[in-house]
Amino acid sequence: MPQILIDRDLCKGCELCVNACPQKILALGQEINAKGYFFASVVEQKRCIGCRLCCITCPDVAIQMRVSGTMYHYFAY
Amino acid sequence: MVETVVFARPQALAPVPTHYCPGCTHGVIHRLVAEVLDELGLAQRTVGIAPVGCSVLAYNYFSTDFHEAAHGRAPAVATGVKRARPDLIVFAYQGDGDLASIGMAEIVHCANRGEKITVVFVNNAIYGMTGGQMAPTTLPGQVATTCPLGRDVSLAGYPIRVAELLATLRTPAFVARAAVHTPLHAVTAKEMLRRAFRYQAEGTCFSLVEVLSTCPTNWGMPPVEATEWVEKNMVPYYPLGVFKTPEGVDRAPRPAPAEEG
Amino acid sequence: MAKKLMKGCEAIGEAAIKAGCKLFFGYPITPQNEIPEYMAHRLPQVGGTFVQAESEVAASNMIYGAAGSGERVFTSSSSPGISLMQEGISYIAGSELPVVIVNIMRAGPGLGGILPSQSDYFQATKGGGHGDYRLLVLAPWSVQEAADLVQDAFDLADYYRNPVMVLGDGLIGQMMEPVEFRAERTPCKPLSPKAWAATGCNGDRPTNIINSLFLDPEVLERHNQKLKAKYDLMVRDEVRCAAYGTDRPYEVLIVAYGTVARVCSTALDDLREDGVGAALFRPITLFPFPYAELRAAAETARAVLVVELSTGQMIEDVRLALEGSRPIHFLGRQGGMLISPEAVAERVNAICAGLRAEVRHG
Repeated sequence: MPQILIDRDLCKGCELCVNACPQKILALGQEINAKGYFFASVVEQKRCIGCRLCCITCPDVAIQMRVSGTMYHYFAY
Repeated sequence: MVETVVFARPQALAPVPTHYCPGCTHGVIHRLVAEVLDELGLAQRTVGIAPVGCSVLAYNYFSTDFHEAAHGRAPAVATGVKRARPDLIVFAYQGDGDLASIGMAEIVHCANRGEKITVVFVNNAIYGMTGGQMAPTTLPGQVATTCPLGRDVSLAGYPIRVAELLATLRTPAFVARAAVHTPLHAVTAKEMLRRAFRYQAEGTCFSLVEVLSTCPTNWGMPPVEATEWVEKNMVPYYPLGVFKTPEGVDRAPRPAPAEEG
Repeated sequence: MAKKLMKGCEAIGEAAIKAGCKLFFGYPITPQNEIPEYMAHRLPQVGGTFVQAESEVAASNMIYGAAGSGERVFTSSSSPGISLMQEGISYIAGSELPVVIVNIMRAGPGLGGILPSQSDYFQATKGGGHGDYRLLVLAPWSVQEAADLVQDAFDLADYYRNPVMVLGDGLIGQMMEPVEFRAERTPCKPLSPKAWAATGCNGDRPTNIINSLFLDPEVLERHNQKLKAKYDLMVRDEVRCAAYGTDRPYEVLIVAYGTVARVCSTALDDLREDGVGAALFRPITLFPFPYAELRAAAETARAVLVVELSTGQMIEDVRLALEGSRPIHFLGRQGGMLISPEAVAERVNAICAGLRAEVRHG
């Protein structure tokens, strides 16, 4: 099961990940982080398919991905 | 159940927040370069050159040694470092104002001498740090603070295609253009960067990767829209791909075909 | 080592190599072309690297890069080229890097001419680039001294982590004189390894960043104070000058540097023969300027004559040194015109005549 971890204080609320997620499970929250940005968060962790597009598109390396068990990668990166 | 980290900050990228504007893809390019340095095991002997521009503070964002360089002079500084210490991996991280305007002579001659360095050239079609002025790569009709009615090509000429320009040089080199406005483009960009740094690590030739990038703040549009703007406006004018490889046959110098009738 | 007849430019190049310098980045400009030419020929023989840059702007940034990676490096140029290097030099001083810059001065301003001049004194000593920085400036008057000062310059640059300029002129660059390079030479300053250099952190040290950007004003002010402290040390410890004929009474003290001082020393001999009391004071370091030493030398003189190949630049420092205590006369030529010993002697005699006239009126 892939797990997306977003570092709330590194996120600048640019929404690139929200746009890139094929499952559309990311969204900006209502809370602001230390810098005053509305930071992104995972709405439905279960539906994450572990494609890493959010991690790749994030300009601030705010998104980490962890996997428990084995994981098939759709592409080499 | 063992939990493995599949995607995380590369070692060569310092664990610090950046000053870049939200959605600015400088951050993506920094990460791609750092990932390539990690994968090729080069970071420990790498020296980066950060000239004036938004990305001058890259020297705080990479965990490698760095030189800050005067505006436009990174290729010359890189030459100095590489010639002094050929064993080091040297890369210059430049913006379009820095490389294609004030530093044009430096990049052309650095490439022409065949300095075995790598240039990461970030083209976002505008001057970022100074607040949105017209750059040599600003597109026709694109508005900037010093071309408020849009770039008038009859006054300011057309935007410069740096990759193509450098590809005409006879000295062997690897010159490519990539983009990072979608994850797929970023993956391809990483491949280009990997090839560029590999050419340097093997001591083969000069390498430059021009990377189209966004500037939401000075383009005056939200980050997601900015990525679409790159696809719709920049990619057509700045085609992506490899323009020159050291193994490639040099284009024979011949005049343009005669116009018929 | 035996004496060898060498052209000034080539002696300067060989001196750099004797100082263990393996890197030269330069650009053609008369009258210093023989330096890059000599380095292009000699450096490969000693496992060094010569690069002809696309401009002096690029050359100044190449030496910045090479110095930042801890290697001894030097460049040379001539007046207009040195003007193009000013931004780079300011960065080098701001980033505290050791480089040696040789300026073989030619007549200006603008394209000017290619003949000798001393019209870059202000640029060299008062800072041609932006910001509070100084260059340690050494002014040789012979090919031998040029060779010696170039070797000292590398030690001084490394010791102070600051650019050092050897300020010659077209005469020194182009004339040939016997030169001797001592086989064994101890550095003129204690040198330490360059732990600050950017050489790849190798996982065994924190990263080194060669940089002159400090956006936080408090940090930049501390940095400026640190640089100032270095320049104060130079003022205290690195002044070099020479005096000739001050062992006998003299009425007129001639002040000149570089090749002009040699012309004046010939005039001195002629004046002595005519029984005229004259002496010569020669600054060798132009920064730090020998104010105290000049004041002392002028103590027993009744007038001072400053002789320069310019419209008068060092004369301002002479004024600062003497603070109006002595009348200061000026003899200058420009455009590459040289000053003859006879012209100097004639002016000294005129000054003496004037002094005696005053005495009669007095």
